[in-house]
Amino acid sequence: MSGGAAGLAFLEATKVYPGRRAPAVSDLSLEIPASEICVLIGPSGSGKTTALQLVNRLITMTSGDITIDGRSVGGLDETELRRGIGYVFQQIGLFPHMTVEGNVGTVPRLLGWPKERIRARARELLELVGLDPDEDLRRYPNEFSGGQRQRIGVARAMAADQPLMLMDEPFGALDPITRDRLQDDFLRLHEEVPKTVVFVTHDIDEAIKMGTRIAILRDGELVQYDTPDRILAEPANEFVADFVGADRGLKRLRVWTLSDVELGPPGEGTPELTAPEDTSLRDALSRMLVEGTERLTVVDSSGAPKGTVTLETITRLIGPEQRAVEV
Amino acid sequence: MTAPLAQQPVIPEFERGSECIRENRQFCLDWFVDNFDRVFAPRLVEHIELTAIAVGIGFAISFAAALIAYSQGWFETPFAIFAAFLYTIPSLAFFQLMVPITGLSVTSAEIALVSYTLLILFRNTLTGLREVPEDARVAARAMGLTPRQVLRRVELPLALPAIVAGIRIATVTTISLATVAAFIGVGGLGQPIFNAIQSGFKTEFVAAGLLAVALALVADALLVLLQRILTPWARAQRA
Repeated sequence: MSGGAAGLAFLEATKVYPGRRAPAVSDLSLEIPASEICVLIGPSGSGKTTALQLVNRLITMTSGDITIDGRSVGGLDETELRRGIGYVFQQIGLFPHMTVEGNVGTVPRLLGWPKERIRARARELLELVGLDPDEDLRRYPNEFSGGQRQRIGVARAMAADQPLMLMDEPFGALDPITRDRLQDDFLRLHEEVPKTVVFVTHDIDEAIKMGTRIAILRDGELVQYDTPDRILAEPANEFVADFVGADRGLKRLRVWTLSDVELGPPGEGTPELTAPEDTSLRDALSRMLVEGTERLTVVDSSGAPKGTVTLETITRLIGPEQRAVEV
Repeated sequence: MTAPLAQQPVIPEFERGSECIRENRQFCLDWFVDNFDRVFAPRLVEHIELTAIAVGIGFAISFAAALIAYSQGWFETPFAIFAAFLYTIPSLAFFQLMVPITGLSVTSAEIALVSYTLLILFRNTLTGLREVPEDARVAARAMGLTPRQVLRRVELPLALPAIVAGIRIATVTTISLATVAAFIGVGGLGQPIFNAIQSGFKTEFVAAGLLAVALALVADALLVLLQRILTPWARAQRA
């Protein structure tokens, strides 16, 4: 179980803690295609972390099943299963007595890789997560800041090229700026190395930013499982609408960039106000409001005009007539 | 009645001794240097042996007990009570108590000395294991380390500073207590002290005492050094 990405499926997975009547996770059925980032989100007590830990059997399932590429996790040897799944959590859990190389090399060592291969892999990963292999491999975790530590945590979870990664509020303890940077870097990393990721958070903004799909849980039950845009455009019920917030219309604007909307023809002459096509609609709208204009010229990466976007295009997109944009 | 012993020290080669010796001053360095090999060196070696064996065996027992208590919580209280009970027995009485059972032997001395190490070594080892950060333990399990690997690769290394701290206290305490073991005739630095109490020869008394203190300091320093070598991460700080 290594290399590539694995499909993950919850099949009526249920967890009842001893002595509790209400299940923590109840009949959860969820299919996560390979290479997607599925965000589990819900208020505290909704069962999202429990659901996550059922996958690597840190918590034992009461009934139902979970499969990775069609193989039931219950049928695998516990340690072997875990060595094939990356795990990143808020407390990070780096081993303070091991160097960065020792930490990152934990699973490869368990798998019996030769020393040189572990070292080469650790170097490669450190570079991938934005640290300096020459400087940092031999240092100890307490020599790093929180953000750097979680980068090491992510590198460690990818060390054996695990096809599946579980992340439990990985950036929850970081300050907003560091969190934002790690989110961006993780998304970039995910594009380079598209693992299947299950990502737990209680922050709807993070869910919208990180998820290719979002599963909203409440009291252990799945309320809605959809793309971020559909969750924002068509919340399944009042609970979801409340949860995503009254500004869900504005939140949707962050999901889309100017390249996702139909542009009007480019105007004549030299455009006054331009925006690159990878600008989010939210930033484009903000720009219009700030500049007091209703029209921006969209340019591609070389700066050549591609078309125009108007205030009306944007308002139409999130207005009452418009449904979610189909991918 | 002869004169009190203190005025007639039984000192080897007293007649040829220095003025310091003849006046039985507090400490005569020349005599100490001249007689170190004969009077003190063998006793020092015995003392080190007594201590090393006691701490070694005491650690083996305490370590095993702490591992059991770590996985089986119920074991902690009975063993702690047992070790605390042993710890409260007055040392002189303990050595004497063992004589009818194991005779005037090193075994008697070691049984008593080992008993005194158990409480501190057990407590420190168990505390060290329990204070391993929970997040490191969770990470280890989640990465697929077996319980035995978690113990060997994560929990024990992280408990090491607490374990070594226990060994340091046990070693220093044992070096001090082992002087009393000379009471049942097993040698060590207590021997010259007992001799000097009887003879009143101050230099022998003071020298043996100072050697015991020096031994304790050196042993402690060596253990600190050992800990530094074994826990390089403890000194690493964020730049």
